Amino acid sequence: MRTRRFDLLLILPLAIFTLAFLLLPLARLGVTAAGGERGAMAFLAILTEPRYRTSLIATLLLALATTAATLAIATVAAQTLANRRFPGRGLLLSLLTFPLAFPGVVVGFLVILLGGRLGLVGSVTKAVAGTNVVFAYSLTGLFLGYLYFSVPRVLLTLLAAAEKLDPALGEAARSLGAGPLAIQRDVVLPALFPALYTGGALCFATAMGAFGTAFTLATNVDVVPMLIYTEFTLATNAAMAAALSIALGVVTWLALMLARLRATGA
Amino acid sequence: MTLTANAAPPRGAAITARGLSKSFHGTTVLHPTDLHVPAGEILVLLGPSGCGKTTLLRLIAGLERPDGPDMLRFDGEDVSALPIERRNVGMVFQSYALFPNMTVAENVAYGLRVRGMPSAERKAEAARLLALVGLEEHAGKRITAISGGQRQRCALARALAIKPRVLLLDEPLAALDAVLRERLRAEIGLLLREFGITAVYVTHDQAEAMAIGDRIAVMQAGRIAQIDRPEVIYHRPRNDFVADFVGTMNRLAGPVREGRLILDGGDETRADLPAGGPDRPAILCFRPEAARPHAGPGEEAIRARITATTFFGATQRLLVEVAGQPLRLDLPSGLAFSPGQLAAFTIEGAALLEFPRTV
Amino acid sequence: MGRRWTTWTGIGLTALLILFLTLPVLLSIVAGLSVNYARGLSAGLTLTWVVQVWDLYADTILRSLIVAAATLVLTLLIGVPGAYALIRRGGRVARLVEEVVTLPVAIPGLALALGLIITYGGFGTFRQSTLFIAVGHVLFTLPFMLRAVMAVLETIDWRVLDEGAASLGAPAWRRFVDVILPNIREGILAGSLTVVTLSVGEFNLTWMMHTPMTKTLPVGLADAYASMRLEIASAYTLVFLVMIVPPLVGLQMVAGPRRERLGP
Repeated sequence: MRTRRFDLLLILPLAIFTLAFLLLPLARLGVTAAGGERGAMAFLAILTEPRYRTSLIATLLLALATTAATLAIATVAAQTLANRRFPGRGLLLSLLTFPLAFPGVVVGFLVILLGGRLGLVGSVTKAVAGTNVVFAYSLTGLFLGYLYFSVPRVLLTLLAAAEKLDPALGEAARSLGAGPLAIQRDVVLPALFPALYTGGALCFATAMGAFGTAFTLATNVDVVPMLIYTEFTLATNAAMAAALSIALGVVTWLALMLARLRATGA
Repeated sequence: MTLTANAAPPRGAAITARGLSKSFHGTTVLHPTDLHVPAGEILVLLGPSGCGKTTLLRLIAGLERPDGPDMLRFDGEDVSALPIERRNVGMVFQSYALFPNMTVAENVAYGLRVRGMPSAERKAEAARLLALVGLEEHAGKRITAISGGQRQRCALARALAIKPRVLLLDEPLAALDAVLRERLRAEIGLLLREFGITAVYVTHDQAEAMAIGDRIAVMQAGRIAQIDRPEVIYHRPRNDFVADFVGTMNRLAGPVREGRLILDGGDETRADLPAGGPDRPAILCFRPEAARPHAGPGEEAIRARITATTFFGATQRLLVEVAGQPLRLDLPSGLAFSPGQLAAFTIEGAALLEFPRTV
Repeated sequence: MGRRWTTWTGIGLTALLILFLTLPVLLSIVAGLSVNYARGLSAGLTLTWVVQVWDLYADTILRSLIVAAATLVLTLLIGVPGAYALIRRGGRVARLVEEVVTLPVAIPGLALALGLIITYGGFGTFRQSTLFIAVGHVLFTLPFMLRAVMAVLETIDWRVLDEGAASLGAPAWRRFVDVILPNIREGILAGSLTVVTLSVGEFNLTWMMHTPMTKTLPVGLADAYASMRLEIASAYTLVFLVMIVPPLVGLQMVAGPRRERLGP
């Protein structure tokens, strides 16, 4: 039974840390959410009160749009990069995955450099058409920012799946008379489906919880994480902030859970 | 090779190619090649890996683009400019390339679906083909739920379903184990003849080539070394590459004087073979089964020392040495030979070959 | 027939994507080094802005390094033995524990930070210390360390190694130190590089948790983006890029292109 004691010793730091800094705070979060003036009805308020509901719907739509666009772009790019060897391929893949390490605030700033008041797009349109096109602080800017941190994430997953795809499958479909779109629909996308599913869920969960990009761009669209922040710091409504946090956490956790069940189950 | 009894009238197109060539990154994999495959013929492209056989197949399929000016006709129609999806060729891949997201029947019906055939019609057609290859019971199964041999037949049925002008098979049996391979190669040969379709079949296995091909094109370093009926390839190979690739070939090197190649080992072994022609150094070749035991009077062709014997059932293979040169001889197993012994043989005169010296 | 339109569309779209991902970074580097970004490169290059960033934000840069180092030490002490324990136990209980301890990957950082603040807001000294920030970072990065180490443990035959050492008379903790640890070096290294990269770039948790005395680099960045001129914000971003490049390159060399995903 000496090993049993050793095992306990190994797990002890992890157990203490998890209890003290994960489970206890999450429990306190729940208590706080239910302990506000509205009590447990705070959760209901997310759906009934227009300000919260609008924000929730906007966040969901933004996350869904980001996921759809990311999957589409990453599917095309992954098929283009898979099984194609060219000089500098390794460096290119590094560059494409590099943005994974950028915090949301930096991504927001990069969008400003593209579409802000001194942005590249603006100066080009000014030189060409005479108008300074500024989109960084609009929904477009927010969407581009989300795309920026989502695509590299999903691209890696899809690239791995696309490289495992037997090139003969596409050739077989062609020999049977299938055109490019039919091949995508009948052969490629079904084969990539598990990766699309996992990547999509990951992308959706990340987009739902993203904060830094929206914070930097300070768009008039209030995404849920921004709402949590303002509720807590400006409105000092800790209960509502906690309720929103829990709701957001449940949504992202569910998305990832579904993806994993699908990936291991089917 | 005499399965022509139940041959159907040809349903495929004749293939004519002129000057097909291909290089990848400056390396020529196929030198300009001419080829004619009459309608209904099964042509086997045989050769070691890297000889260009798969490239030639993919050029006919339209999966690769030929280098220079080229011409490829199916029954006189120029198809060089058509992509594979418009050439109407059936293709069977080494990995089968069956679609894992579809059932066996859906795989077979896919080409018909792409062509817009109504559902009921294409289901009936798929069922007919599945019955033909003996897969009717597995129609509703997933691809992952059937065995390797069944997948192979499913891939064949899928390629035949579109009533292709030409059937192209790229090492279709290579992924199977030896026993299954032997069984299926007989089945495929029969099935293709029953269909009467023009087929080009790539393999590196000479036994497979012999069993399936009406004609065999042996390929070497991006060229067709010889194209002929299997028995001609075997008995009359044009050069020693073909001879070596198709079966076992013995070689005896020595001087030819007054029309005979004579070797004297000085160790009681000797050879005396008819070679004809002027005096010269020569290499005479013959197959192991061309050796006969020397019986009774008359000149023996070879007196050799036996180094080893291997029992093969009906035959036995002897490893022997003549004047320091090793030979492999196949003889009926009833005859008693033992290592160390001296034995005498004759060689069927018609079996002796001499190739122009290449290297 | 040539290459089909789909191929060209794919190449074109991929090129656009590469441009979209790399161009803004290049712009940021140029802006951080140019005398006047609005007037373009013709105005000349300078390191003035970088120097100014150092004068204004040196404390955040140093604090980020300290936090990253503390986070690394804590995740190593907690994560490596923890990963080994989970692998040793195996079975459903270990799976469940793993599920719980990796929760912070699935829960938005804002929610985690809120929970920590609500729970420990009353502990003044701790709440206001850099350690509080480091605890937040450990919470967020620990799953990555656990996964990296567990992935390697699953590929080596740790049981045979452990039993082999036991047959030679080594006690349990010596077997762990002498035999197991050297064989999972690669996983520990990959995990460490991931933890450092994530810690240096962490914003969501830190923004909620920081006090004026515990600002890290990304917090300072958010500050600069909101209130400083573009050149200083860019120069500051440049400093950040320079800081995360070494661990990222290291990670590429250790793990190759198939690498653990990083957080937001």
